[in-house]
Amino acid sequence: MEISANTQAIAYLISAILFILALKGLTHPASARRGNFLAMIGMALAIAATLMGGEVNSYGFIIAGVAIGAVIGSVVAARVQMTAMPQLVAALHSFVGMAAVLVAIGTYLNREAAGTLNPLLMGELSAGIIIGAITFSGSVVAFAKLQGLVSGAPVVFKGQHALNAGLAIVAIGFGVHFGMTESMTSLILMTLIAFVLGFTLIIPIGGADMPVIISMLNSYSGWAAAATGFTLQNNLLIIVGALVGFSGAILSYIMCRAMNRSIINVVFGGFGSDTGAGESAGAQAAQKGVKSASVEDAIYWMEDANKVIIIPGYGMAVAQAQHALKEMMELLEARDVEVKFAIHPVAGRMPGHMNVLLAEADIPYENVLEMDEINPEFPSCDVALVVGANDVVNPAAKSDSSSPIYGMPIIEAAKARQVYFLKRSMRPGYSGVDNLLFYQDNTSLVFGDAKDTIEGMVSALKGGGH
Amino acid sequence: MPDTLVALYVFVLSCFIGYWVIWGVTPSLHTPLVALTNAISGIIIVGALLVTGLDSVGTVAEIFGFIAVLLASINVFGGFLVTNRMLAMFKKKDK
Repeated sequence: MEISANTQAIAYLISAILFILALKGLTHPASARRGNFLAMIGMALAIAATLMGGEVNSYGFIIAGVAIGAVIGSVVAARVQMTAMPQLVAALHSFVGMAAVLVAIGTYLNREAAGTLNPLLMGELSAGIIIGAITFSGSVVAFAKLQGLVSGAPVVFKGQHALNAGLAIVAIGFGVHFGMTESMTSLILMTLIAFVLGFTLIIPIGGADMPVIISMLNSYSGWAAAATGFTLQNNLLIIVGALVGFSGAILSYIMCRAMNRSIINVVFGGFGSDTGAGESAGAQAAQKGVKSASVEDAIYWMEDANKVIIIPGYGMAVAQAQHALKEMMELLEARDVEVKFAIHPVAGRMPGHMNVLLAEADIPYENVLEMDEINPEFPSCDVALVVGANDVVNPAAKSDSSSPIYGMPIIEAAKARQVYFLKRSMRPGYSGVDNLLFYQDNTSLVFGDAKDTIEGMVSALKGGGH
Repeated sequence: MPDTLVALYVFVLSCFIGYWVIWGVTPSLHTPLVALTNAISGIIIVGALLVTGLDSVGTVAEIFGFIAVLLASINVFGGFLVTNRMLAMFKKKDK
């Protein structure tokens, strides 16, 4: 059965509406799954309408491609660990980028064979290829950093910005030459340089800036789809590209605001590092005049508390401590202690990373609050328990105007009656800034692996305590 | 109005819709948001289908199209399924 171009256009319109409603569904966890389902229908409709349209005449390669892709995609989606979600997303972004490049080049070849090239089309093709190629190689670098294949530390070298600017100018130059002359060589050179540019743009960015990078590449993959839409005169691609592009852009903005840094600073900064020596923690702590506490001390305060607020950070994800935290939450709740979780927007390696990990451990989402919601509760909170977070609770962000993190919004754990820090060592957070909260009178540090420590607390609570 | 200008209208207006809709997304669902937008950016598959399905004479374009279809469909299937898996974990208190 073949449908007319008009019918196809109507199907695309319905599909676009379904995508918008799907994103709208993410306003609340209760409506989110239905939203995802609507998006699936929208995608199925778009694919069916395309296949049934007059422009698709051969199906062999298509069926093979979709079948293999479906198997790979489904297996990966079913198996991936929640802690590895940032890597998966980075890998998927790279696929969109590569697909955009291939579609643009394929369109060029088909149009050239048909003799229907024109300068405007070639300009749009060039834009699609450049954005797609940057998305691809940038995402590959992000994936390698997140997966630990390369160091998460920023790689900075002299003349980096000049190099990037030079590459961008040369790539655009070849694109213009291609548009004027239809030269295949220029097309290929432009594509290769854009791949290199994606690599050099992302390599200087440190591991802990990944929430911004993931969001940014998310945005790029949207713009790549939109550019493809322009070349194919396909409104559905343009609409979806714009939605995705803006989604990523807004997330980038939210992440940057949560670090009080501009996007320019993140992209060109090479700020922070993932590496650090793990020194003998206790000795160093004593030197610096901080108090260390045992698991029993912490439990003593927590089990008689009215309210305990837990502040998780990337360290919780690394230690996989979320399931132990859930057990502890239940034991404390059985003792009529109110337990809540406080999430900083940039905690973890991608936006909302902590929420997914806590949800995975079956912690109800009502107990998990965003920074702005929970901050007013700290003065009435008996114990703040910091698990694998650091910079996001550092009061220096408010009080010390000379600190590099000054002005960053923080979780006000410092205002709780007692603060317990679960830490592996005294090494500073990723910003490299010493945490003033360590030296507060009401703060104690519990040294050790976060998961082991929480499990120790769980067994102490089970043992009946004091 | 030329086609490209119509496309520009669609693009700009969609940007506004994106802006309003995305600001409404709750921060606790930002990871599923990234996964979902990732899945729907698999819409690039439409472009890949058009390139691949044009004819069946074994052109280079067809091979490129095939790889693009494959990559985009990994995105579509992987993206939607993993989003669904994540969203299924967000539960209310069952007391």
